[in-house]
Amino acid sequence: MSTINLNGVSKHVDNRTSEPVACLSFARSIMLIARREFRDALSSKWFLLYTIAFTTLAIGVSFMSLAGSGEHGFAGFGKTAAGLLNLIMLVVPLMALTAGAGTIAGERERGTLLYLLAQPLSRTELLLGKYVGLAIALICSLCIGFGLSAGLLAWRAGGVGAGSFLMLVVFTSVLALSMLSLGVLISVQSRRAGVATGISLFVWLGLVFLSDLGLMAGTLLFKLRVQEVFALAIINPLQAFKMNVIVNLNASLDVLGPVGMYASQEFGASLPWLLTGVIVLWCVLPLAIAALIFRKRGGI
Amino acid sequence: MIEARHITKKFKRVLAVNDLSFDLQAGGSLALWGSNGAGKTTLIRCLLGVFPCKGAIRIDGIDVQRNGKRARAQIGYVPQELAFHDDARLGSAMRFFANLRGVELAQAARSLGVVGLSGHESKRVRDLSGGMKQRLALAIALIADPPIIVLDEPTSNLDSAGRGEVVDTLLRLRKQGKTLIFASHRPDEVITLADRVLVMEQGKLVQQTAPEVLWPSRSSIRSVRLFIEQSDEHEAAEILREGGFAVNHGNSGLTVAIEQHRKAEPMKHLAARGVIVRDFELMRDVSDNDEPEVTVRTEQVSEVLR
Repeated sequence: MSTINLNGVSKHVDNRTSEPVACLSFARSIMLIARREFRDALSSKWFLLYTIAFTTLAIGVSFMSLAGSGEHGFAGFGKTAAGLLNLIMLVVPLMALTAGAGTIAGERERGTLLYLLAQPLSRTELLLGKYVGLAIALICSLCIGFGLSAGLLAWRAGGVGAGSFLMLVVFTSVLALSMLSLGVLISVQSRRAGVATGISLFVWLGLVFLSDLGLMAGTLLFKLRVQEVFALAIINPLQAFKMNVIVNLNASLDVLGPVGMYASQEFGASLPWLLTGVIVLWCVLPLAIAALIFRKRGGI
Repeated sequence: MIEARHITKKFKRVLAVNDLSFDLQAGGSLALWGSNGAGKTTLIRCLLGVFPCKGAIRIDGIDVQRNGKRARAQIGYVPQELAFHDDARLGSAMRFFANLRGVELAQAARSLGVVGLSGHESKRVRDLSGGMKQRLALAIALIADPPIIVLDEPTSNLDSAGRGEVVDTLLRLRKQGKTLIFASHRPDEVITLADRVLVMEQGKLVQQTAPEVLWPSRSSIRSVRLFIEQSDEHEAAEILREGGFAVNHGNSGLTVAIEQHRKAEPMKHLAARGVIVRDFELMRDVSDNDEPEVTVRTEQVSEVLR
């Protein structure tokens, strides 16, 4: 028995029959699954709905930014980016969490997971392939929304502040990846797609609304110090994202009160790196845990 | 080619496969025979490395649990019912699996031809009949021409024509030297396709023999379900097995698969050993999922035995 490797396809050769039995490399397996997942996502009604909703809202916010500028027409990139912040914090986590939650649990419920796992494919390859495919689909969806919004802004208000807008697109994509990781972790743990979606909605609610309320309540009850409030706030990737966007829009974190002032004074220029690090950690950690659980638990 | 040693799989408190060992040489054909819940499907999933289990499984020298991906490259798997994205077209499904197996697309077309599905590439999976889906699953299994084909009750959802087609294809594969492992509760399939049978009962291997030992004549096999006091079922199964009968002891009692002209023999055999048969059902066909053809009441049993 011997193994040869040709263009990422390792061929396991049975010396008795000399017939090669193919086995794809790690990267090729991931790309193959990713491609299929991307195609499936594009044909999914949910994805289409989210894309239309996000695009419509993004264009709507761009138009509404006008009110703040006191002009008619579309406001500049910088103001629109600030206006989009709250929309992104609501819609993007919802899109990514639910997309991730449905991925493994959906295959499990349809019975297709067993069939895929019975193929020459490792569990890690399957999970990462699905993640990459969904990530590309999500980013494409966001780019359509941002792209149309940016096109209209450039047409009506010129390119001033386009850099900030581009940074917003990048940060939003990273936020989407982190929420997708969390969704995949939920999916790996759930037997049914409906349950996974329910849990993801609850997590979304927790991150978007409840964590803020909890932090406020905790601060009042336990008389937390400002550095403790800051530490607790940035644990939530949405808060880390919000602060990062505000910092990168060259705005002062003073708008966030004493916590923002503390963060600016304490971390200065390294604050964006700290906040980006938190969000990247949210991308990597849940996905790594999901892969570990998916591999260790076995079964379907 | 396949070595399985002390395979044990437990789901919480249920022992689905209990210390099961067997060997299978290249080109051999092994049937897993047993009623529903006997552990056939779980054993197949362990062989594929989909379920982690205790014990050791080596396929062509490859440890399935440590290197499942390489081991599965040696196997073409046919499930009970093909589960693949319903919206996918047959051609794109074949393309996906050809890519996954790292083979040329021409091989996918050839594989479709082998199962008689050429020309259906543009059909969606959801539009295929049960028989066509099963043939598609077989085509996918054959796409990379693997040396081993593992089938989990491949004909259980098919009508007799569909069953015949699948069995004919499998016979051809046997002649080509493929190694087959298949789960079945149909004695006719076992006789036709297997050269060895593992009789499984509640996760345990209770018999490992040749099909002709269980069914000496190749006349049509009928299944007879015997109703015996639950406390005596285990003993009755042992008595019948010692008497050379092919017995399944499942959740729905004892079922004996026996030649048409010997249907009363299991009851006579049990009566001679002092085990009372309360009732029996003559099954219409093993594939009809335990639909009784005739139910004979207790008073009629004594008449049959007289």
